[in-house]
Amino acid sequence: MAEFNPEKITFKVQRYNPENGGAPHLEKFTVPFNKGMTVLDGLLYIKENIDSTLSFRASCRMGICGSCGMLVNNYPHLACHTQIEEFHSDKLTVRPLPNLSIIKDLVVDLTPMFSSHKQIKPYLIRGEAGMEDPNAEFAQSPQELNTFLQFAYCIKCGICLAACPTSASDRLFLGPQAMAQCYRYCADSRDQGQKERLPLVDTDHGVWRCHLAGACSEACPKGLDPALAIQLLKRQLAAEALGLGKRRPPSPVVPPIKESKPKVPYPDFTVKKEK
Amino acid sequence: MKQTAPRSNYLGVGGWIWAGNYKLERYLYLLHRITGLGMLLFLTFHLTATTVFRIQGQEVWETTMALLSNPWLKAGEYLVAAAFVYHGMNGLRLILQEFGFLLGKPTPPIYPYKDALRKKRLWVVVMMVVIFILALVFLFDFIV
Ligand code: SF4
Ligand code: FES
Repeated sequence: MAEFNPEKITFKVQRYNPENGGAPHLEKFTVPFNKGMTVLDGLLYIKENIDSTLSFRASCRMGICGSCGMLVNNYPHLACHTQIEEFHSDKLTVRPLPNLSIIKDLVVDLTPMFSSHKQIKPYLIRGEAGMEDPNAEFAQSPQELNTFLQFAYCIKCGICLAACPTSASDRLFLGPQAMAQCYRYCADSRDQGQKERLPLVDTDHGVWRCHLAGACSEACPKGLDPALAIQLLKRQLAAEALGLGKRRPPSPVVPPIKESKPKVPYPDFTVKKEK
Repeated sequence: MKQTAPRSNYLGVGGWIWAGNYKLERYLYLLHRITGLGMLLFLTFHLTATTVFRIQGQEVWETTMALLSNPWLKAGEYLVAAAFVYHGMNGLRLILQEFGFLLGKPTPPIYPYKDALRKKRLWVVVMMVVIFILALVFLFDFIV
């Protein structure tokens, strides 16, 4: 493949300013290209050199804060995590994430996502004692950790919601992000909150609204698989309805170490003091 | 400062239809919806024809039947049969996968990321081949 090295990249960025009214429209910017440049670098160049009124959200510029999700050439990406070179084209169209509301330009309102995230109780729930007065850790094997580890990497960027065709038409849909988190906590061997969490997703606007288009898992920049999580939740709900569910006891508290090992003897100084 | 509510940007039903750069399963999802709606339409027509037209007497019935032997409508009928095969067999795959079969277990994400559907794409392809063969058999049936 020929090397991609154009002089300039044409950015078409969707602008919308609620204070001026009017419909969102595309605005053209020309940005000089450097090798290794990300879409976010291009937007920062525009903001610094061409139009400082351009609004977008970004913070870590290393794919960990989840604020820079946007639609680049009609596919949701993290702007900081996507090199311009990937597109093999010197024209880029940047729009805000769909299925969320636009606040200004490329900034979308993530409140619906966070409120569904909160709704499914994204924290460990332990009955009786344990959480109020923690004094020891819960035991968990590496195998148990692997059953949910990938779902713990969610950065709440909203890209899966933008990709999901169900989120496009059902505003009450909990969304792949929240349901993946529901699975993450329900599958955690330290957790006892399944009884509280499962009814929240066992609804018309929960897992049963997912028809397995698989777009969320394809688009997720962190390699999570929300589609798999949702199907596993369905499986668990069905198994429980049929009385087949295996209830695992929550993992025990690691007993405090009774005796500490004998102290390692202090090594001699390697450089001897001169007398 | 003026306070304005955020501007809605939901794709609505357009979000189902527009499958953009997404991969196979996203298109199968769309086709599943289309075939479902198509069969519903056919069923409504079919039930109307076989009930309402029928009780109106032999003459109405015979003119309808003559209309329906039009080759275009025959082709349409084949499409309904093909839609039935697709909807049924793909539905079977969806039922299996939605209950967590043929999907595998969650694994830690290691770059390059691969989701369960992509890892188990073989099953989807197998099902598509079965659908294709069945559709061909039906086509043979229609022609002969
Ligand atoms: S699941 Fe993936 S795409 Fe969805 S919010 Fe989390 S990191 Fe983003
Ligand atoms: S700026 Fe933090 S994820 Fe892109």
